[in-house]
This record gives sequence, C-alpha cells and structure tokens, in this order.
Amino acid sequence: MTAVIETMALGKRYGRKWALRDCTLSIAAGNVVGLVGPNGAGKTTLLHLAVGLLAPTSGSITVLGGRPGDGPAQLEKVGFVAQDTPAYAGLSIANHLRMGSYLNPKWDSSLAQGRIDQLGLDPRQKAGSLSGGQRAQLALTIAIAKRPELLVLDEPVASLDPLSRREFLQGLMEIVAEYGVSVVLSSHLIADLERVCDSLVVLVASQVQLAGEVSELLATHHRLTGPRRDARSLPADQTVIEESHTDKQSMFLVRTEQPILDPRWSVKPVTLEDLVLAYMAAQVRGPEPVARAALGLVS
Amino acid sequence: MIEFQLEGASGVATYLQLVQQVRQALQLGILEPGDQLPTAQQVVAKLAINPNTVLKAYRDLEREGLVRPRPGQGTFVVGTLARRDPATQERFLTSMSAWLRKARAAGLGPDDIEAIYRTAARNSFAEGVA
Amino acid sequence: MTRFAWLQFRMQAAVAVGALAVIAVVLAVTGPNLVHLYNTSVANCAARGNCAAATTAFLSNDHVLQDLGNLLIALPALAGMFWGAPLVARELETGTEQLVWAQGVTRSRWILAKLGLIGLASSAASGLLSLMLTWWSNPFDRVNMNKFTSVFDQRDVVPIGYAAFAFALGVTAGALIRRTLPAMASTLVAFVAVRLVFTHWVRPHLITPVHLVTALRATSGMTYNETNNGPLTLIGSKPGAWVYSAQVVNKAGNAVPGVFLDREACLQSRAAPACIGQLREALVYQPASRYWAFQWYEMAIFLALAFVLGGFCVWWVRSRLV
Repeated sequence: MTAVIETMALGKRYGRKWALRDCTLSIAAGNVVGLVGPNGAGKTTLLHLAVGLLAPTSGSITVLGGRPGDGPAQLEKVGFVAQDTPAYAGLSIANHLRMGSYLNPKWDSSLAQGRIDQLGLDPRQKAGSLSGGQRAQLALTIAIAKRPELLVLDEPVASLDPLSRREFLQGLMEIVAEYGVSVVLSSHLIADLERVCDSLVVLVASQVQLAGEVSELLATHHRLTGPRRDARSLPADQTVIEESHTDKQSMFLVRTEQPILDPRWSVKPVTLEDLVLAYMAAQVRGPEPVARAALGLVS
Repeated sequence: MIEFQLEGASGVATYLQLVQQVRQALQLGILEPGDQLPTAQQVVAKLAINPNTVLKAYRDLEREGLVRPRPGQGTFVVGTLARRDPATQERFLTSMSAWLRKARAAGLGPDDIEAIYRTAARNSFAEGVA
Repeated sequence: MTRFAWLQFRMQAAVAVGALAVIAVVLAVTGPNLVHLYNTSVANCAARGNCAAATTAFLSNDHVLQDLGNLLIALPALAGMFWGAPLVARELETGTEQLVWAQGVTRSRWILAKLGLIGLASSAASGLLSLMLTWWSNPFDRVNMNKFTSVFDQRDVVPIGYAAFAFALGVTAGALIRRTLPAMASTLVAFVAVRLVFTHWVRPHLITPVHLVTALRATSGMTYNETNNGPLTLIGSKPGAWVYSAQVVNKAGNAVPGVFLDREACLQSRAAPACIGQLREALVYQPASRYWAFQWYEMAIFLALAFVLGGFCVWWVRSRLV
C-alpha cells in the first residue's frame, strides 16, 4: 500500500528542547488519520514538518514519495489548513481564490467558486470580517481547490462553536467522499475524531504513544472489572494500559487480541476517548514501556 | 431507504453500528432484496462521518452475501436474513425462562445472571471476531 | 507569483502614484514660472549690476523646495519602513506564511517576486520624484551652485540607490526580527546610520580630490574684516565644485591662518600684490565635472548593497525560517 506520510525517527529540536522526538510512522493513502494529543505534544510540529514549513533536526520524513516543501511539484500535492486558519485580513474571498489560481498550477476554479457559492459566502467580503467558521471553510476551500493528493489540517475546529465544527467536518467528509483525498488532521477533541477518522495517532510529550485503526483499537481494548487481583496475574496476551484498585475490587484497561474467558470479569467496551486518555495518562505517569508495547503501524 | 443513526460514545465502532442497523432492518423486513442502501455521500451529508466507514460496512455486508455494489449505481440488497420466526422465539423463551427459574432458586440475583449471560455470549460470538 | 505580489501591493502602489501625481501637478504648474522669473531677474543681473539683490529676491521663492527636498530624502526611509519591514515580518506575525508558503510556489520564488516588484517600485518612485525635483530646482541650483554639496543626495540618480537599499534593509530587518514595529524602527536607525557614515567617511574618498595651489585673485572668495585689516579667510571659490578645504598659504606653502593685511594697499584691489603679497590659496576639491561620476558611483554602491541584502533575505527565508 502506498504511504502518504512516512517518517523514520523524525525529530525537531529548538535549542535544547525537543518539540518532536523519535517519531516513526507510516500512514497509508486513502485514509483519514487523526492526530491527537495534549497541547504542546508536538502535533503542530509534525504537521508543519509534513508540509515543509519546518525542516527536521534528525530523522527523515517523506510525503507522497517526496521531501516536503521541496519544489512546486511537491507543494501542489499537499493542501494545508493551518491552526486558527490564518487569512489575509485585507483581501476579499475572491482575491484569496485568485491567489490560489495564481500560485497553484492545478487550481480548479469551478470547484472553488462552487464551494463558496454553496456555503453562501459573499466573494467580495474581506477575510478579516469573516467569522471563525467562515474563515475555516475558506481555508478548506483553498486547500482542496488545488486538487491535492493529501490534505493536512492542524486543529481546524479547535476554536469553532459546535455547529460550525459539525459543518466543517461534514464539508471535509464530503470532500473525502467526492475526491478521495487522504487526510491527516490533528485535534484535541477526540469525540470529533471518532466520527471522522479511520485511524488514530496519539502523540504525548513529543513522542508517538499509540497508533492504529479506530475499529481495531475499539475491538481490542476492554475494561475489566472484578475482584481485587494483581496485574501480573493476568494472562500474558493481555497488556495492561491502566489499572486502579480498591481494597476489594480491581479495574483494568487492557489490550488483547484474544477473547476474555475468565468468568470473574465484568467486561465492558471502552470509548475511544477513554482509551486515548488512558494512553496519555500512562505516558504521563512514567516512562514505562506499557504504552510502547501497544504501538503499532498505521496502515 | 433506511436512515442510519449513530450512537456516539458507545465503544462500538461506527462501521459495526452501520452493519448492525442494516442487519436489523433486514430482520425486521424494512429492507428487502432490490432495495438500495444510502450512498456514502448521502450518509456523509447526514451524519458527517468518514465515507470509508460506510464503504467498510458495505464491504462487510457484501462478504456476508447480504448486499452487492452495482458500479455507477450504488449498493443494493441481495440477500436475506432469517426473519425472526415467532415459533423459534417462543421455544427459546420457554427454555430460557426455565433456566432462569432454576438460577434464581439457586440464589443468583439479576446482576449475577447478567454477568453469566454476558460471558457466555461473548465467548460464543467471539469465535468470529479477529 | 508576480501577479499575486501585485494583487497584494496594488493599494500601496495606488497611494504612491497618487502622491507623485499631485506633486507632479504642483511642480508642473510652478516650474515654468520659476524659469521665467530666473530669466528675467537673475539671468542678466550682471549687466544690471544688481546680482546680490536679484538672487536674494529670487531665492526667497523656495518654500516648496524645502519640503520636497526633505520628502525626497525621507522617501527611501519611508519605503524601507512601510514597504520593506512588513514584507516578511507581517506574514510571520499574522501567521499568513502558513497559508502562502503551503501554496504551489517555493519560498525562494515568493520572496524573489516580492523583492523584485516592490524593490523596483521603490526605486522607480524615488527616481521619478528625484527627476521631477531636479528639473524643477534647476533655476535654484544655478543660483546656489550647490548640487555637488548640500543637495547632492536629493538630486539626479542617487535617490534611486538609496530607495533600493532602504527597501532591502527593511525586508532584512523584518526577516531577522520577525515583528513589524521593531523592524520598522531598526530600519530607520540603520538607514540613517549607513547614510551618515557613507556621506562623511566614504564619499569623500571615492575619487582622490584635486590639490591645487593658486594665486589669490579677486574672485578667490576672500573675506576679511575691513576695519582692522583682517584676519583673512577664504571661502573656497570654485563655483559648482565640492571644496574639501580652502586655506591661505604663504610662499612656502604653509598655512597661515589669521593673516592680517594692509588696509590702504587693499582698498584699490584685493588682488593687488601690495595687498596680498606672496599669499596664495591652497584648495582641496572635486571639480564640478566629477559631479556625475560621484552620482553614478554612489548609486551603484547602494544598489549593490541592496542586491547583497536581497540575496541574504532569499537565503534567510529559504533556509533559516524552517
């Protein structure tokens, strides 16, 4: 399967601080991949490395078989929507589209104009007077009208109200349905990602903690509740991600590919949000290999 | 044409929910062979979910022989599922009620019984899960 | 990319064109009058013998001249501050570089197009204003004969070099400092500093000046206090030349400041041997004929500096802002 983004021990350092470290990923084409993690985890850094706004300090990254930002041919394959969707406040929507057509050889102006009309936006309105949701839709229009193979979005809905969020994600999904682009988007709102993503990458403290297909993650993680017992007494195929105990009861969040046969357990499914939070907390508690064991390739 | 619903944070993958809803519709007779399933675009417009999820659900259903895609037209129902036969339902209801009477006589309460049921059901159905 | 650079620059260009047009109209209206006034009052004043009065009267017409000359001096700095400094800094401050550098043009192409278009516009604006002002000031310059000295930097072609340099300086400051207001301030300070340094320490050494020792003449620009016969001072009387120094020297060639003269002998003629004896004048100067050489050299040097800074900016944006 062709990979849209492939990184190998990718790292970015500012002075002495590593914004991203030792990131090894392979993201296959044709997917919508969610990048989730707390603020400051390195999501923006990873995405900026993918679109060529940053250059790596260590390791390598290949996007659609080429080096990010390396010439117009590479740039036109990737559409980017930056955090807070910056736009030229003094330029009208129509002028933003003109910018797109001047700077992108494969610009599809009927797509761009059609989308603006469909969204009910006034082309003469200056971008500075648009609402956050409208600006996000403009940014998405510009990114998709250049007909890229990959769309990268950095927290596109973080500062939007719930309705604008839903409308934006719907627009994004319609674009995926119609044009078949691969999408990588970052967010710290996991509930949104659950609807929209095929796969998830969890980034905490500038390192990849978890990566996998959403359906597979949900199918292989379970919450076990039962009488108090030690984690080490669990079968070898069950990896403990999170545990908590009272004097009489134990609760474990485990990952396992096998069915759970022990009748003492009450087994419940885990929501994606709880799952991701557990992995983020597992990392925060200490540099143990508990999360590393569950690391997989996203493909 | 059926309309899909989504239960947000249920721990059940979205595509599985879609599969379940199609199967349920077939069982209840809402869908019959020849009916068209909503296109990925239509589902996306309604639910704002990943179109790949819809396609994955439809692929699963195709593997079970329940639906088939017609290129350029959409996905159509081709198979049937065993309808809920009232007689069969009645038979198993009777045997289950008998079992319940015995379990309660042995002192098991509703939560014990539920736990036992869940374990047994999980093990039974898990044989098909990868 | 050029089309997009123009799309963003349109409004600023319109403002500049508008301002230049207004100035052009004002100068076109007042210019011919000045020429006429010059021709009637100053041109033949020698014949009438009232040159001192005529020139004074004529020069009192120069109010507009002052302002425009100052504008021309300020124009490059303005271009640097308002067109140059925000070029990179504003994009970084508002985050729009994430938008435009993700489009289908590389950063090198982006900044080259903007440097080229707006650099050209700055130089053209400065050059046009200088052209208009030089034409209009011609009568005044003929009276003052100071093109080589006090108004050198507001005539002919050097303002073109200044504008290009100030603009490139502004873009560099913006790229290094990354914030518009500090970049604007730094551009102004740096530009003024470079201009001052160049004017006082570089320009005088561009071409070796002429050293000349010559007899004192009536036209040598001697002045002295007539009541007590001295001291004699020289003003350096090469019309149109740039005089570095003018000294009274004795026969041996040594400077004799504050020499006193015989009043009786000098009443007749200041140039009479009885008056000045063996005194001579020693001049260090650039002849008027070298005016254009200095203009071209200075313009070329500032243009070269502009290109060097421009090249640095391209490298910086491409390699160091990642």
